[in-house]
Amino acid sequence: MAARMATTIVQFENVGLRYGTGAETLSDVSFSLDGGGFYFLTGPSGAGKTSLLKLLYLAQRPSRGLIRLFDEDVVTLPRDRLPGFRRRIGVVFQDFRLVPHLSAFDNIALPLRVAGVEEDELATPVNEMLAWVGLSDRASARPATLSGGEQQRVAIARAVIGRPEILIADEPTGNVDPEMAARLLHLFDALNKLGTTLVVATHDIHLLSRVSAAQLMRLEGGRLSDPTGALKNPPREPHMGKPRKPSA
Amino acid sequence: MTLPFAASPAERRLLTEGRLSGPMPWVIAIMMFLTVLAAAGGLALNHAARNVTGSIAQRITIQIVEANPDLREQQTRAAMAALSAMEGVTAVNRVPDAEIEALIEPWIGGAGEEEGIPVPTMIDADLTEEAHDRLETVEEAIIAAAPAARVDDHAQFLAPLAGLIGSLTWLALALVLLTASALAASVILAVRAALNTHRGTIEVLHLMGATDIQIARLFQRRIALDALLGGTIGFLTAVIVLLLLGQRIGAVGSELLGSATLPPLAWLLLILLPIIGAVVSTLVARFTVIGVLKKML
Ligand SMILES: Nc1ncnc2c1ncn2[C@@H]1O[C@H](COP(=O)(O)OP(=O)(O)O)[C@@H](O)[C@H]1O
Ligand SMILES: [Mg+2]
Repeated sequence: MAARMATTIVQFENVGLRYGTGAETLSDVSFSLDGGGFYFLTGPSGAGKTSLLKLLYLAQRPSRGLIRLFDEDVVTLPRDRLPGFRRRIGVVFQDFRLVPHLSAFDNIALPLRVAGVEEDELATPVNEMLAWVGLSDRASARPATLSGGEQQRVAIARAVIGRPEILIADEPTGNVDPEMAARLLHLFDALNKLGTTLVVATHDIHLLSRVSAAQLMRLEGGRLSDPTGALKNPPREPHMGKPRKPSA
Repeated sequence: MTLPFAASPAERRLLTEGRLSGPMPWVIAIMMFLTVLAAAGGLALNHAARNVTGSIAQRITIQIVEANPDLREQQTRAAMAALSAMEGVTAVNRVPDAEIEALIEPWIGGAGEEEGIPVPTMIDADLTEEAHDRLETVEEAIIAAAPAARVDDHAQFLAPLAGLIGSLTWLALALVLLTASALAASVILAVRAALNTHRGTIEVLHLMGATDIQIARLFQRRIALDALLGGTIGFLTAVIVLLLLGQRIGAVGSELLGSATLPPLAWLLLILLPIIGAVVSTLVARFTVIGVLKKML
């Protein structure tokens, strides 16, 4: 048991976030996530789920509080060190944010190109990823010609290809049918079994029951409504050890 | 330190290839055209100014205005002898009578001498700068030898011309600086527009861990290509215009206009302009992109 003890890779302490001069969007948010865990973040629309995820994927700095990622304080981290952290995180955005002028293949290849992977080492992993999300025959299609579900799978493939240690998905089942939602969750579960820590924001409570070992965080009005209660379950043990580092 | 133009093939495919923004190369071409013309004008004027102030400004012309031809001839020789003996006089040349007649022909017709109209003789003398500074003593010595002599200092009647040429040179330099700043400003605007068009892509790249330098390279490479293309078009057009102008000037055959040609060094400076333009555009693009990115987390 001791050898497989999960390590904390995300820690929030009394985090507050205020956009502009209004009321705080997030207040006194404290929690920690274990490496290899599967976490659902729920709450009604407008509760602050996207805002919390933005803090997590380093698109936003908190107004107050402490955030530790991979055992480092990221609130005071100098700007030039952020890219290194971001490359260890995969994000499936609520609106996908695929690059419109790039094909499915090139969209999925983006993180590898950013990481400086050579062109001739690119095709194999990207094609594997396309096959994994069932889009091998759509490799050269532009996002505009893909269906919502297909775009979503491209977005997931892009988020995953760099072998991130944490995969963050914001309402990934927001615009797909229940059947596709089930398939996506199956995909996430498979990734989690490979050791990736998953954080999935959703207001769809039907999803929650589909991953038995998942833990629940609930946001309401910018506060974790019962953080201690929600995170009481010990994290499930990762099936395949530690998450792999990005390949480059 | 990577070259400003360098972008790996991987980076190049992050943004679409192809032209950045339609009118950009043309704006650069027009700016470059004006810059090259203004610079050529400035360089030619500078060259002319050197000629004017250099070779003929220390020249004096002595006229012997004497009605009696024998006396005129005698005084002319005396003045020339006095000049030749003088310290600081580097050359003494009598202007041939035929040349003088040709000079005054338009005013008095072809038969000046025959009709008894006295034509003065003329002597050109080149002085050293030091001798030119004490022109009064030189003049006194000449008049002592030839009382009918009248000394004209070229510098005196060239002074307003030299002043005009000097002002025009400064004007040309100011025009070069103005068009160069307009060029830089239009590059900044083009980069901002491109950044806005690609903002979504940039944000995504940014959140994937692309560094500011990586993103800046994508833009500066495209701007560099646009600037090089536009700069070359503008430069070549200006060169064609300059060559045609040169032909026209050659046809006029005036000594003063003729000295307004471009020496080889000036052409070299002109060729540098589109290259400098491309490098400056690239740097402006780089710093604009990095400046905008710095405002993102
Ligand atoms: N960039 C922003 N600027 C100002 N207010 C924002 C911004 N993003 C979100 N908000 C506000 O913060 C609150 C929480 O939004 P969000 O985090 O998107 O919630 P959720 O994802 O749970 O629906 C909302 O009231 C929203 O209007
Ligand atoms: Mg949201």
